[in-house]
Amino acid sequence: MEPILKVDDINVYYGSIHAIKGVSFEVNKGEIVTLIGANGAGKSTTLNTISGLLHSKTGSVSFMGEDLAKVPSHKIVSKGLALVPEGRRIFLQMTVQENLEMGAYTCGTKTVDEDLGKVYAQFPRLKERYRQVAGTLSGGEQQMLAMGRALMSHPTLLMLDEPSMGLAPILVEQIFDIIQRLHQSGTTILLVEQNAQAALSVADRGYVLETGKVLTSGTGSELLASPVIKKAYLGG
Amino acid sequence: MTFLNFLIGGISLGSIYAIIALGYTMVYGIAKMLNFAHGDVIMVGAYICFYAISRFSLPPLVGVLLAMFVCTVLGMVVERLAYKPLRAAPSLAVLITAIGVSYFLQNAALLLWSSNPKVFPSVVGTGKVALFGGELTITHVTIVTIVSCVVIMLALTWFTGKTKMGKAMRACSEDKGAAQLMGINVNATISMTFAIGSGLAAIAGVLLCSAYPTLVPTTGSMPGIKAFTAAVFGGIGSIPGALLGGLLLGVIEIFAKAYISTQLSDAIVFAVLIVVLLVKPAGLLGKQIREKV
Repeated sequence: MEPILKVDDINVYYGSIHAIKGVSFEVNKGEIVTLIGANGAGKSTTLNTISGLLHSKTGSVSFMGEDLAKVPSHKIVSKGLALVPEGRRIFLQMTVQENLEMGAYTCGTKTVDEDLGKVYAQFPRLKERYRQVAGTLSGGEQQMLAMGRALMSHPTLLMLDEPSMGLAPILVEQIFDIIQRLHQSGTTILLVEQNAQAALSVADRGYVLETGKVLTSGTGSELLASPVIKKAYLGG
Repeated sequence: MTFLNFLIGGISLGSIYAIIALGYTMVYGIAKMLNFAHGDVIMVGAYICFYAISRFSLPPLVGVLLAMFVCTVLGMVVERLAYKPLRAAPSLAVLITAIGVSYFLQNAALLLWSSNPKVFPSVVGTGKVALFGGELTITHVTIVTIVSCVVIMLALTWFTGKTKMGKAMRACSEDKGAAQLMGINVNATISMTFAIGSGLAAIAGVLLCSAYPTLVPTTGSMPGIKAFTAAVFGGIGSIPGALLGGLLLGVIEIFAKAYISTQLSDAIVFAVLIVVLLVKPAGLLGKQIREKV
């Protein structure tokens, strides 16, 4: 199967700090792939590089056969690649609906109403609060808004950066339900999580990152069963 | 009646400050920088309009439009050449660059147009409206100034609230990274903000010189600083704040001149600013955002 996302030997620096040291991995169409690892392993840096917020000094990121280095950063989303960034980063001073409209920025204005309808059907809580300023939403609602906003651009590949961070267990469960629903409806998903247990149980495949390198990879169940992973990330 | 006269004079002056303050506040909101060259763009606009009307005998409206066009381009060029290369630099470097651009524009004007004061021809004539049997007179310039300010405010409120581009601008001002993830071209948006601010500066320049018709290369600096004060007063980054700050500043200045002391009026204006900032550090309408984690 041809991978839709191919990350090949990327090296990313923050000034003189070498954050990503030759990371390579692939995501195939229809998969849920997860990157797990501790704080500072380079998970978010990897996602930010794929979506054009950061740039790699070497190697390449190609999406559906196209080298993303040649695509201006603000055009990446229109290729079908959307990121729900770490810490949600919704526009706090704008209303819920305006946030969603921003998600559809690259789409024509014709389909926006229909897409809003779809997102509201997926997240009824957002519909109840569509005129509310986003900064007044609860953490879970903000995460839903961030996901809804990303969905407005019709992504082929949806990247989620720690969607469960700071949420109550019941909300984490909800978020993972939604991820699985999105997956069933045909969206390919690249999920970054610290909650390795939850991530690996929904993922087809996973990569374990440590200090900027891929330590190991395998199917979700393989990694869940691996003694090394159990010890390091799943609490024994 | 004199009170009303002063009040209207204050609102008129305040309207000019408000229009200039918009340029400061919009650029600050989006690029997080203080564009100290903004006041000098006003002066350039006034000179362009002056030459168009006095030397080339163009109709006033054409002169104003020409000034707006030149200033819009000037604003975009300055942003591209002086500020864009410093996007990742510390804010102090950008601030000093802005001061440099300000001196550059003033000196360029000195070379091009000399230090001899030009008498600015009023673009709206010198007519007056007399009310209450002549006790209250309002010049046409005053009326046009206040109306322009209201129209500009309404237009900008509509633009930032209802249009796709305007919303993109607000998104950029909150979080440039997230805006880029939405597919918004952040650089183009910043450039557009400078264009709008500078175009408005041209209008402010023409209105300012229609009310106070002496035009020299430093004409823009003091109103520029006052308008910056107005922007801070109202809450920098906030468009309604620029209006409120501008109007209050104009009214306070005129009242201070009329009832207290002409010489001390500026000191009084800045004293009020200090008091306001002590009580409300973010300005009158400034937002203090609390983030949920």
